[in-house]
Amino acid sequence: MRDALSGSTPITDAKQRYSAGVLKYRQMGYWVPDYEPRDTDILCLFRITPQEGVEPEEAAAAVAGESSTATWTVVWTDRLTACDSYRAKAYRVEPVPGNPGQYFAWVAYDLVLFEEGSIANLTASLIGNVFSFKPLKAVRLEDMRIPVAYIKTFKGPPTGLVVERERLDKFGRPLLGATTKPKLGLSARNYGRVIYEGLKGGLDFMKDDENINSQPFMHWRDRFLYVMDGVNKASAATGEVKGSYLNITAATMEDMYERAEFAKELGSVVVMVDLVIGWTAIQSMANWCRRNDMLMHMHRAGHGTYTRQKNHGVSFRVIAKWLRLAGCDHLHTGTAVGKLEGDPLTVQGYYNVCRDAYTRADLPRGLFFDMDWADTKKVMPVASGGIHAGQMHQLIDLFGDDVILQFGGGTIGHPQGIQAGAVANRVALEAMVKARNEGRDIAREGPAILQAAARHCGPLKAALDTWGEITFNYASTDTSDYAVTPAVS
Amino acid sequence: MMTNPTGRLTQGQFSFLPDLSDAEITAQIQYGLDKGYAWSVEYTDDPHPRNTYWEMYGMPMFDLKDAAGVLAELHGCRKAFPEHYIRLMAFDSTRGIESIAMSFIVNRPPAEPGFGLVRQEAQGRHMRYTVQSYTTGKPEGERY
Repeated sequence: MRDALSGSTPITDAKQRYSAGVLKYRQMGYWVPDYEPRDTDILCLFRITPQEGVEPEEAAAAVAGESSTATWTVVWTDRLTACDSYRAKAYRVEPVPGNPGQYFAWVAYDLVLFEEGSIANLTASLIGNVFSFKPLKAVRLEDMRIPVAYIKTFKGPPTGLVVERERLDKFGRPLLGATTKPKLGLSARNYGRVIYEGLKGGLDFMKDDENINSQPFMHWRDRFLYVMDGVNKASAATGEVKGSYLNITAATMEDMYERAEFAKELGSVVVMVDLVIGWTAIQSMANWCRRNDMLMHMHRAGHGTYTRQKNHGVSFRVIAKWLRLAGCDHLHTGTAVGKLEGDPLTVQGYYNVCRDAYTRADLPRGLFFDMDWADTKKVMPVASGGIHAGQMHQLIDLFGDDVILQFGGGTIGHPQGIQAGAVANRVALEAMVKARNEGRDIAREGPAILQAAARHCGPLKAALDTWGEITFNYASTDTSDYAVTPAVS
Repeated sequence: MMTNPTGRLTQGQFSFLPDLSDAEITAQIQYGLDKGYAWSVEYTDDPHPRNTYWEMYGMPMFDLKDAAGVLAELHGCRKAFPEHYIRLMAFDSTRGIESIAMSFIVNRPPAEPGFGLVRQEAQGRHMRYTVQSYTTGKPEGERY
């Protein structure tokens, strides 16, 4: 019977609209092609793959419906509410360039739908039921425009990259780090040795790996005690502020607070959590860090399960926006040239999201919306995973100064030892920053600049001889799909 | 001498490289000026990693757009404090940054004894750490 109503236009007669039965989402008011988004609306861009026979506009309306007020059938209780404003509105649908069967769908949400300062609430709507909805084969949240009105309800990073630099007294160059390896099995005493050697050699930070918590081979208290001995010894040996990300990820909030307090008592400047602790725990730990002058390092463990395949899931650029609001100071955002997934332009888009004062729409970088960050503090992006000193020019050219470059294997695996590995990385870094500032074209002259620096630095020469030719050239799975048109060129 | 691989204090952007010549320092100053930064010369004989406030050799040079002028200030500071640590700092007043954008050491004492680590054993296996300079036992101005 309902199909007889043609199914493509909204039903405006209230009696007809709310009579019991099933309507198409378009008929229920979730497809509003002439809708003009308001400055206070939250805008989402979904990539949808409708099932065979489902028209893209109906699929877009279904996404809007299932991520806001709709259920599968008409309910008369809608009429007790100002339901027009609670309905999300799909207002634009376009085919994804080069991907038959996929469509970009723009959906606008009224601010009233979301609790202030709660990523958990935001995500329960936007990526709740809708991602399992049968009429869609797949759906991905590609990007979001979060309005200033909602941004200002979040406190953002506990510290921010500007204040982090002031606390560390390190300016005008990327920071250097390394993840302690092997990631599992070291006793706390042996583990602290790696921390000491890396920091004394010239790194700014060392790091626990994401799955180092409190296993049988190393209790967390032992790790914290030995690590902080290494940190303080290295600080005295170099005259620099040093740190090591103490991973406080644990089973319960009570456990995490206990570990965070101990890190604070020992004088650590930074604690670390994994993304898998969840949005509520992240916001709680950000509050703790804000109260205790602590940097919060975020390892994005688990994100690849939902960010990597571009037809389904949530783009990392959206995760990065949520994390900047939820509050972290460091965020792993990819290397582009290392061992882990990452198309260079797409990865630069993530960096922009972390550091921009105002993000501009930039389709090659996957950014679909202009977005004013309203003075939200900036997150320090972290490039970590399969990178080495021989790529220094590429890394600085791609990411600039406000980034932490982490060479784990590239420090600890150095043929002359951990301190030598750290020296190689620090010399390569300083030489490249100096050359860039002198006006050299580091993207082109990088290898020559490194070779020249290696002439006064044996450890850098050894590093270049060992890893200079190592690259990870595989096609990226997550790239931006856009057509070059006059409107976006 | 300090025991880290450089044998010296490693604060700042370029401590792992050979000392910068005046020509190389000028190139860095020019880079900062081109970015709109204001340069400042600071000196100290207490380079503790948490000694934030080195002495200012005059105010930041907000209106000085000539690298040679900044270098002349540095020369003046070197002449007045030849055995102090001296650093050049660039201030960026851009909204949302409003902090230091560059910082590097351009003068050092002839010998750099560095710091010792003082451990105070506390309850359980707790340890309280103090990074202590080998030179700050003497009065300011008589340390190097």
